[in-house]
Amino acid sequence: MVQYEQSNVDAAFAALADSTRRGVLEQLGRQEASISELAGRFNMTLTGMKKHVGVLEDAGLVTTEKVGRVRHCRIGAHRLEDVATWIERYQQLWDARFSALDDVLEELTLKEKSDGRNNKEPRHDRADVRS
Amino acid sequence: MDATTRNPVTIERTSDREVRVTRTFNAPAHLVFEAWTKPELFSRWWVPKSMGMTLHALEMDARTGGSYRLDFGDGIDFVGSYLEVTPHTRIVWTNDEGGENSSVTTVTFEETDGTTLLVMSELFPTKEAFEAGSGAEQATHETFAQLDDLLAQLKA
Repeated sequence: MVQYEQSNVDAAFAALADSTRRGVLEQLGRQEASISELAGRFNMTLTGMKKHVGVLEDAGLVTTEKVGRVRHCRIGAHRLEDVATWIERYQQLWDARFSALDDVLEELTLKEKSDGRNNKEPRHDRADVRS
Repeated sequence: MDATTRNPVTIERTSDREVRVTRTFNAPAHLVFEAWTKPELFSRWWVPKSMGMTLHALEMDARTGGSYRLDFGDGIDFVGSYLEVTPHTRIVWTNDEGGENSSVTTVTFEETDGTTLLVMSELFPTKEAFEAGSGAEQATHETFAQLDDLLAQLKA
């Protein structure tokens, strides 16, 4: 099993937190692309895309190679799968769990409100009888 | 409540052996606590359909010193004990299925104006245990079709 340095895992977390960068990864998963091609595809400036690719590169998720005046980007080493799997699955699991919990809580909240209304009169009645 | 109004989940790795999940719920703390400690409520949300697993049996005694067991069939059990259960405020339990990599989960509930901020942290004994154990529950089951598709694309 491959062990990651803490800083790499942190960098990967940060890199994957951004939807553009996830899009870039997905895109590069299909085929290699230059920074200017990626900038065009994501409707961004060259400088903006360079920054995103830099973050992905620092996290080890993407590798780049300069050929002539063009910088080619491709998906990084094998560790992408592990890191992405871990984060995405954890996120998806908790998103799904908490959405289901929202539904349970909505029901409990409504029930508590209606119980409160229904119980109000009888409780007062009993109290009146006893006093 | 429809999907567009869901509150976001924040997941942070707070140290090399701890991960923290934060989420706000539009309900008071006593109801959120109830949903975490009553088996008939807990079983309705802990195993979402997308997890692709079925809870065959659930035993939980959510009191300090009590224990729990989630039986997913095929010999897959999640077991542990409650180290602390403070009504409406805090629940701490062990996850003992991981052997020496077992983690401790702490959930706190903080109510403000009828909504509840939930902070859940999972602390592993070592960094290595974190790497080995985190996400193990999910990783052992090929359940997330959407992600599998994405990974297939990334690998292609």
